[in-house]
Amino acid sequence: MDLLSFARGPALKVALTIFCLGVVWRIVGFALLRIRLDRSPARASVPKFLAGGLLTIGTRSWPHPEFIARTGAGEAIGYSYHMGLFVIVLLFGPHIAFLGSLFGFTWPGLPSSLITVISVLTVTLFLAVLFRRVTNPVIRMLSNFDDYFSWFITMAVMATGIAATAHLGGPYQTLLAHHILSVDVLLVWFPFGKLMHAFYIFPSRAINGAILARKGATS
Amino acid sequence: MGVGANLAPAEKRSHEAQVAGAMSGFARETGALSAFRLESCIHCGICADACHFYIATEDPQYTPIWKVEPFKQAYKREASAFAPLFRLLGLKREVTADQLAQWQHLLFDSCNMCGRCSLICPMGIDVAALIEQARHAMFEAGLAPAELYQKAAHQQLTGQPESSAEPYRDKLLAIGQQFGVEIPLDKPQAEVMLCVPRTDIEHYPASVAALARVMQHLQVSCTFRSDGLVAENYGYYAGGMAWQRDISRRLIDQAIACHASILLVPECGHAYAALRWEAADLYGKPLPFRVLQVSEFLAEQLASGRLKLRPSGTGATTFQDPCESARKGGVNHAPRALMKAMGIELHEQKNHGGFSFCCGGGGGVLDIERAAPLRYRTMENKLREIDDTGASTFLTSCSDCRRTFDDAKTHFDWQKTPQSLLELIADNLMGAAPRT
Repeated sequence: MDLLSFARGPALKVALTIFCLGVVWRIVGFALLRIRLDRSPARASVPKFLAGGLLTIGTRSWPHPEFIARTGAGEAIGYSYHMGLFVIVLLFGPHIAFLGSLFGFTWPGLPSSLITVISVLTVTLFLAVLFRRVTNPVIRMLSNFDDYFSWFITMAVMATGIAATAHLGGPYQTLLAHHILSVDVLLVWFPFGKLMHAFYIFPSRAINGAILARKGATS
Repeated sequence: MGVGANLAPAEKRSHEAQVAGAMSGFARETGALSAFRLESCIHCGICADACHFYIATEDPQYTPIWKVEPFKQAYKREASAFAPLFRLLGLKREVTADQLAQWQHLLFDSCNMCGRCSLICPMGIDVAALIEQARHAMFEAGLAPAELYQKAAHQQLTGQPESSAEPYRDKLLAIGQQFGVEIPLDKPQAEVMLCVPRTDIEHYPASVAALARVMQHLQVSCTFRSDGLVAENYGYYAGGMAWQRDISRRLIDQAIACHASILLVPECGHAYAALRWEAADLYGKPLPFRVLQVSEFLAEQLASGRLKLRPSGTGATTFQDPCESARKGGVNHAPRALMKAMGIELHEQKNHGGFSFCCGGGGGVLDIERAAPLRYRTMENKLREIDDTGASTFLTSCSDCRRTFDDAKTHFDWQKTPQSLLELIADNLMGAAPRT
């Protein structure tokens, strides 16, 4: 078995298995803990506070005017590279073909040249994120192995992807194998670290937003 | 005196017992919601930009989510889905007693529990709720600051946070005599049960008289109760849940005893939070009466036409929203409706309503003596915002805010005097003779 076959064969299967079981286990791990019901009467009706939760999903995607001067730049970088990642993962032809083989359907993508430009921009933003993490005293203090390894493995996926697309640094088959292997490692790491925020972000905003809306509190 | 030196309640405990107490307290309280909040943090540090302690000092340790770091560490090591793995690989160290002692400064001296950090998190995490939970654990560990611990202990035992030369009941009656208003006390039955901040009894008696005068004017059946007078809850500040429950229970029992349909919380932000949003949970069942902040109650009276106010003629006015009742409790519109009814020309601060900066004294910080220098530093921005409104009158509806600003007035030689919204209302009741 050559490296590419290994990467997209048994390695990918093992990685996907760990990914799925790990994600479920991590969510079950806290979801089964005690849920304390709030006995204080709500200020808002049930539909209103549920709507408040859903609204928070949207409102937290953009800083409140009171905060934007302090946080605007950081949030712009953060959201931009996330959007770049989504575009690359979901709208690049070979990725669509791969995902199509998993889900059974495909969708239109973007031209490769455009994806290349977006990839370079995303990598640049990702480097800026790392620079910020090591230079900003607050973020540096909060950072741990999880933050740096999650950054590293995501960067590895992007870098090997660009190398494979541009045929840089070796035979295409080897470059593609490196890319898929890096994805395998990312999938294995995913449930153990902060990458889980991909699953948490919207429920977290909605639940906390609904709880605040129930009180009529600001959200 | 270094951080952690002011640890009266913990003096007799070993370091190991402190850690075990804190961590077991935290683990006991970590339900699905708290665990989800702890799991969701992405270490972006944005919450720092909402916190006035960080904004004033640019010191990273004041980043709100960092204030719960030992507890996040303990949760991941002890209770998270991959806890065995974290322990096996040594990825999460055990929380040490020294670490916890250092965090006393972060959880008590430099946090007003104002909840502004909960508005900025891109993951939507209610950071303030985690900090409140961490305070519970610190209390369990004997690491509540001595000032808060002692007041909570005294209040749990006697109903008063501090001893006084004469009981508050007698002081209340004396205030009635001084201001020429009847103080309804210990009526066996009343529609509304009243309570009072001891800050008002000690420092702002006119506010106590104003409450009685407004209720008298509205002809509402109401009463104070000798066995449930004090609105404040130092158990809430200190993090002692059992004491918080007992302190709330005094008021709950008295409200039930006089068959009140409303427990009216006076101008005291944290008293509102403790009674409106937390008392029922600690009591173990829904309360058989409504809990209303006095502004809410009066706004309801205004809307129903029972309360009519005349123009106050106060000129340009700004208003300090108490964090616990406004941002965290949803009482934003009521005070503004009342001010509008008095024709007040409201000059809002740059950050107002739900986004207002805390006065700096909330969360018990005003009571912690060693926290004063840092508190003054954070207040500078707040005072600037107030000054920038150009308002000549400065109102609030929280006696702790008022006391904090009065203290700032002395410390900074600040020119404004914080006034009570309730007192202004009592002075401008339509149909009542103006007070001289």
